[in-house]
Amino acid sequence: MSAIAMPLPDATIIARREEVAAGLRRILGDAHVIDAEDERRAYETDALTAYRAVPLAVALPSTTEEVAEVLAFLGALRVKVIPRGAGTSLSGGALPTEDAVVVGLGRMNRILSIDYDNRVARVQAGVTNINITNAVSGNGFFYAPDPSSQLACTIAGNIAMNSGGAHCLKYGVTTNNVLGLRIVLIDGTILDIGGDALDAPGLDLLGLVIGSEGQFGIVTEATVRILRGPEGARPMLMGFASAEAAGACVAAIIGSGIVPVAIEYMDRPAIKVCEAFAKAGYPLDVEALLIIEVEGSEGEIEDLIGRIRAIAAPFDPTATRVSRSEAESAAIWKGRKAAFGAMGRIADYICMDGVIPTGRLPEVLNGVAKIGERYGLAIANIFHAGDGNLHPLVLFNANDPVELHKAEDAGADILRLCVEVGGCLTGEHGVGVEKRELMVDQFDPVDLAAQMRVKSVFDPAWLLNPAKVFPLAGRPVPAA
Amino acid sequence: MSEEQAILTPGDEAELAAIIADAAAARRPLAVEGGGALRGLGRPLQAAATLSTRRLTGVTLYEPTELVVSARAGTPLAEVENLLAGERQRLAFEPPDWRALYGSDGVPTVGGVAAANLSGPRRITAGAARDSLIGLRFVDGRGEVVKNGGRVMKNVTGYDLVKFLAGSYGTLAVMSEVTFKVQPMPEVEATLVLQGLDDRRAIAALAAGLGSPYGVTGAAHVPAQNGTPARTLLRLDGFTASVDYRLGRLAEDLVDFGSAARIEAAPSAALWKSIRDLSVFASPAGVPVWRVSVRPGDGPSVAEAARKSFACRVLYDWGGGLVWIAGGDGPDAGASVIRPAARAAGGYATLARAPEPLRAANDVFDPPASALMALTRRLKDTFDPAGILNPGRMYAGV
Ligand SMILES: Cc1cc2nc3c(=O)[nH]c(=O)nc-3n(C[C@H](O)[C@H](O)[C@H](O)COP(=O)(O)OP(=O)(O)OC[C@H]3O[C@@H](n4cnc5c(N)ncnc54)[C@H](O)[C@@H]3O)c2cc1C
Repeated sequence: MSAIAMPLPDATIIARREEVAAGLRRILGDAHVIDAEDERRAYETDALTAYRAVPLAVALPSTTEEVAEVLAFLGALRVKVIPRGAGTSLSGGALPTEDAVVVGLGRMNRILSIDYDNRVARVQAGVTNINITNAVSGNGFFYAPDPSSQLACTIAGNIAMNSGGAHCLKYGVTTNNVLGLRIVLIDGTILDIGGDALDAPGLDLLGLVIGSEGQFGIVTEATVRILRGPEGARPMLMGFASAEAAGACVAAIIGSGIVPVAIEYMDRPAIKVCEAFAKAGYPLDVEALLIIEVEGSEGEIEDLIGRIRAIAAPFDPTATRVSRSEAESAAIWKGRKAAFGAMGRIADYICMDGVIPTGRLPEVLNGVAKIGERYGLAIANIFHAGDGNLHPLVLFNANDPVELHKAEDAGADILRLCVEVGGCLTGEHGVGVEKRELMVDQFDPVDLAAQMRVKSVFDPAWLLNPAKVFPLAGRPVPAA
Repeated sequence: MSEEQAILTPGDEAELAAIIADAAAARRPLAVEGGGALRGLGRPLQAAATLSTRRLTGVTLYEPTELVVSARAGTPLAEVENLLAGERQRLAFEPPDWRALYGSDGVPTVGGVAAANLSGPRRITAGAARDSLIGLRFVDGRGEVVKNGGRVMKNVTGYDLVKFLAGSYGTLAVMSEVTFKVQPMPEVEATLVLQGLDDRRAIAALAAGLGSPYGVTGAAHVPAQNGTPARTLLRLDGFTASVDYRLGRLAEDLVDFGSAARIEAAPSAALWKSIRDLSVFASPAGVPVWRVSVRPGDGPSVAEAARKSFACRVLYDWGGGLVWIAGGDGPDAGASVIRPAARAAGGYATLARAPEPLRAANDVFDPPASALMALTRRLKDTFDPAGILNPGRMYAGV
């Protein structure tokens, strides 16, 4: 039993399962509706694996029009809908309930057009993040937001969560890199928002939809910016004897006027596990490691690295190493990008995603360590140091229900600490189910009411991803 | 609007909330403004009183090493920019100063810039105002004080009402405090200039520059005018050695477009400021100014359509994606020519400046498709159920 309650499924809907599945089959054909229990089970969870529920059925449409028919059908029957991309959400964003139909975008994974002159690509929303970059990299272009899960996660999931990545320090997150999208509302209405231009007329519906966690509609297509990559890029490693020294070094670099493309941080437990996995040459005798990446021509890279070395010197970096080859760079990033996976090999964990003002880093890391001690749990820290987005991984044994509870409580304490120092609950993973009840720690009731009223505009009966984002108590009564 | 009408100037957020709550209860429409610098932008509206944030002033937070600044909405933009400049930082989106364009003696405020989502040439790489805006406190049309976003660089906690309110022209809520992320000022800037290109060649050159790895932060084209040859401009900034290197490489890459000259830091800064502020369009004041946002490569088609129909001057920014047209005759100020051309180019047109009767008789903002318009109205009703905040500023009834 896990700590976060899901609403009781609606028995009257479960009783109509056959009818719902039959209706979906009429729209999509037998092959694209998953009805058998053992096959539905594949959709019972996402990357927040402690929570599971087998959905009523799974619908796999292949066109926007099919999505519209499916939503109009389910909306009319008042059946709940769980939009799903690749199911890599770490916050339970794609977690179903037993009375809900999962609508998966896996079949809508085509790149529709690439326009280098206007620096945009039009894609179906089920395309994986990496496939956009792969499609344009031959011409030296890339799609900037690069979540560590980019091999698997879809642009639909990225749009729903407003996902970020290691390189968003320079290039921004999803919302800064999407120009248009097509979305289907719960009544089947198809809307085109934004377009190929850098801005759109009227209210910024694009900004509103991105990050709305699948609660406004199902996104089926998107126009994304593609950027020309730099001439070259190179990561460097710097080890420090304390979190304080590493934190002060980050502040000094940014204060000096240099904004590297990425500044990633790992603490000793994280370094050990990632090094064992990736053999990246991370130093094992330091308390904190920074991976700093700079971009440009050979000369520019040399110059920037020289400047960073000079800025870092007062903080006594113990092991500075600059990558000397493509292979070395790849290994350095492999260790970082595979960090969660590598951790998963040694223990179960829940991954936090709080953000803090970077100046509070040492204090917060101390606080996180104390929280770990209080609950008797190990915590490894991996995070985007340049923008203060922390990913403490709370390690526990999933076979021990008491430990899961403890881990969740420790995680909640960490996030409350982030809010207390002026930060927020989530920087890129979304609220989902996981942080739903913590929203009251960041927002006052009026703040939440203002947001929930927007939900009711898009989805008056609260059918899309209803059990997420907002605390279960204090919600408006959904329209009948 | 008559001169003697009341101007309400709350001194703090609570007073602001009380004024709005009273107005909502009485269903008394309010014209919302900051320092009044943008009074000429938007549809004219009928309101019993003007509500100005001009007394909600003061920087409330500035942490240079965290790249963040917060200020009350009525704080003059210049005050914030000067403070940042003291630490060699700046607002990434290069907000324009359109006082000359509108012949206004109002004071541009940080809230006004956010509410109008005003962004300058650097928008192509650094994002628009809405991309730098990371936190808001605002009072909605119910008189409720709401916060959204925050002061940290990344934040996906709840819905992004910050972006939604950026560019809503005070029709949904009145901002009381804004938080921006900021960026370091580069050591130096320089501009590469190509001469004598026609519009299409120029936009192709800009596309080549923006598609290069050299980090172009400004991409504009000023067509030939009164014997002055056309100039195509690409700006770079950063450390001196890096700018020298990249400018050289860029000139080589663009050699097919002719030989390029270099404009050094000070004149370069002055040049981009004049593009940002549309200085050349300031006079004559009565001429309509259209702001057309399109697929960059198709920008010239809009200018061609306009030139065929009426005398006009054109300025391209954002690599061709932002076309400014000064001109447009007849009772619709040229809308029947410009709007279809903008749509065909994948974008839309705003009647950014025109005498009041023209703005009353024509759509200033391109009305969205009907389903989007319906959604827009429902959202307006949600934020401002009594319909008192800048009613009709963007669209009739919104
Ligand atoms: C190992 C690992 C590393 C990760 N690293 C990062 C990282 O660096 N940065 C980061 O930001 N995230 C990261 N994540 C989290 C996750 O990958 C992102 O949230 C991602 O965007 C989810 O995409 P998805 O396709 O898997 O979506 P899903 O998990 O299937 O769904 C995510 C949310 O999107 C909604 N949704 C899905 N499709 C649609 C649609 N078509 N229309 C509307 N809503 C929809 C779902 O309902 C759900 O709420 C990581 C996850 C893992 C497991």
